[in-house]
Amino acid sequence: MPRLSYRRALTRALADELTRDEAVFLLGEDIQVGASLVTTGLAKRFGTDRVRDTPLSEQAFTSFATGAALAGLRPVIEFQIPSLLFLVFEQIVNHAHKFPLMTGGQCSVPVTYLVPGSGSRTGWAGQHSDHPYSLFAHVGVVTVVPATPADAYGLLVTAIRHDDPVVVFAPAGAMDVRDDVDDLVPVPLGRGRIHRFGDDVTVVAIGHLVHDALAVAEELADQVSVEVFDPRTLYPFDIDGLTESVARTGRLVVLDDGNRSCGMAAEIIASVVERVRLLAPPRRVTRPDGAVLPFAPALDRAVQPGRDQLATAIHLTMKDSA
Amino acid sequence: MTDADPVRLYRTVRLIRRFEQRAVELVHGGQIVGGIHPYLGQEGIAAGVCAALGVDDVLAGTHRGHGHVLARGADPARMLAELCGRVTGLNAGRGGSMHAADLSIGVLGANAIVGASGAIITGAVWAHRRRGRDTVGVSFFGDGAVNEGMLLEAFNLAALWRVPVLFVCENNGYATTMPVAGAVAGSIAGRAAAFDIPAVQVDGQDPETVRVAASAAVDRMRAGGGPELIEARTYRFDVHHTFEHAVRLDYRPPDEVTRARTRDPVRIQGERLRDSDRAAVDAEVEATLDAAVRFALSSPEPDPADALTYLYASGLTARTGGGS
Ligand SMILES: Cc1ncc(C[n+]2csc(CCOP(=O)(O)OP(=O)(O)O)c2C)c(N)n1
Ligand SMILES: [Mg+2]
Repeated sequence: MPRLSYRRALTRALADELTRDEAVFLLGEDIQVGASLVTTGLAKRFGTDRVRDTPLSEQAFTSFATGAALAGLRPVIEFQIPSLLFLVFEQIVNHAHKFPLMTGGQCSVPVTYLVPGSGSRTGWAGQHSDHPYSLFAHVGVVTVVPATPADAYGLLVTAIRHDDPVVVFAPAGAMDVRDDVDDLVPVPLGRGRIHRFGDDVTVVAIGHLVHDALAVAEELADQVSVEVFDPRTLYPFDIDGLTESVARTGRLVVLDDGNRSCGMAAEIIASVVERVRLLAPPRRVTRPDGAVLPFAPALDRAVQPGRDQLATAIHLTMKDSA
Repeated sequence: MTDADPVRLYRTVRLIRRFEQRAVELVHGGQIVGGIHPYLGQEGIAAGVCAALGVDDVLAGTHRGHGHVLARGADPARMLAELCGRVTGLNAGRGGSMHAADLSIGVLGANAIVGASGAIITGAVWAHRRRGRDTVGVSFFGDGAVNEGMLLEAFNLAALWRVPVLFVCENNGYATTMPVAGAVAGSIAGRAAAFDIPAVQVDGQDPETVRVAASAAVDRMRAGGGPELIEARTYRFDVHHTFEHAVRLDYRPPDEVTRARTRDPVRIQGERLRDSDRAAVDAEVEATLDAAVRFALSSPEPDPADALTYLYASGLTARTGGGS
């Protein structure tokens, strides 16, 4: 079984789609050299016309991609920093996302926005450590956060083939994950994955936190049977899959690397309790309200949801229903 | 490629003029909700520029966008139906005045965010050319847009990658109530110069002058040139938005308005026609618009159950708001 890193899985997905479909091309800053180590070698293989370095003009090249998509191409944009999405929220939300409806179905805007290294990168401080996936889920832009190399490949391929805009968050905390991968296949949007079956509590974990949830589940294995559910796509969300899981376990804890207010965890919990009567109040482990990640490594870690918090939340949930 | 026929140019400005006047009546009558930004007084720019375009070309307009869509050849009846929010409208009633679009004739939409269309058109033209077409594009915007970073980034990208986009600045002297002198440091043409984009200033009140300048630019772009800019000096004869018909805002000296109105693009172009030709065009335009109004007002309203149809091109469906 070949071992594949998450980062290389992204590279493979880009290369395969560039090969498969002439309409696919890449835009971004320093992607010809491959500063993010994701587009490595692609300019050489596919030419600098299809792997295009842009000036530092995020707003212009994001809308350039919208225009190119309206004209029949399938652009993929790589963003160097997650917070650059704030700069182009306008271009993605107010233009790319709204065009199909506003034109009464006259067009589609198949653009993929790829953010390699989202979330904390340890030591990159306040303006480079955001994880703004909930914002895109909120506005209804298709949002995926793969946790594993196979899903990184499969979801990026699906994103590129999808006829609407898709934001792909590739968490910094997952980029170096390696896995045995047999076959690389597209992964459908809106379909979660149960990484570990359990009877007592369902833990929903997003992105790189899936690996933390699995570690905690192992640690607690002799005390509580934890099921780990990875939604993979945050919008559209696999509420049917999660409902099925929680209906079995009766308990829910969500681990979410986003800010607490109006965050993904809040949405997940609300969606579940609309459908399932739980045995204990649900809990969530998130970044604090309004989090700005401080620089010093201990502070950076303190603001991110961690394994200890998750273990505590699981224990409390079990106690509440005892 | 250029359509130099003075009668057709007159027809276009006349059609836009009368369309806008009827649309204002429909606003006052309550059939168009939300109001409109009338293009009255600026008709010569859309008419002159669109006369210089070919079938494969693309354009994007503004919040004051009816003229661009009509000059490009959209069906006035479906355009009016769109303004009235009917299913038969260009956008099936989902766009309205500020977003009317007809992709089938290369109108990628009016864009209601000031300065937003330049980059979109640049990408569209680049993509069409990459697919082997001889496309050029037009991005219309007002004087207010020249202070938007998004547009200036688009200037840079188009010039850097030599994408043939004609940037047309409709300088009507005001962004809502803000005069150009209060908002623009340097000059509009100077912004183009900074990116080595050739720029000319033209009299936007004369449709033929605009057409000649646009044709020359389009010819150069088709011959392999990069983007160009035309600053068309113009004046809006009426309000920024029809809400001003109810709320008087005091920002333009009355004698300035009176003076500007003497340079009327419809009259200027009309005087180039024989009286009988002009009368024939006027009658045909009235008949077309009579039919357009009848069509729009007799068209069905969209079904509220379908409010979010078209949200996703991929067929994804959104959860409803719930409550039941
Ligand atoms: C980015 C942005 N800022 C503000 C507005 C609100 N707004 C709509 S039209 C307008 C004035 C635009 O002036 P100009 O570009 O000169 O066009 P004109 O209305 O004169 O045709 C403003 C401020 C907007 N739509 N978009
Ligand atoms: Mg203006």
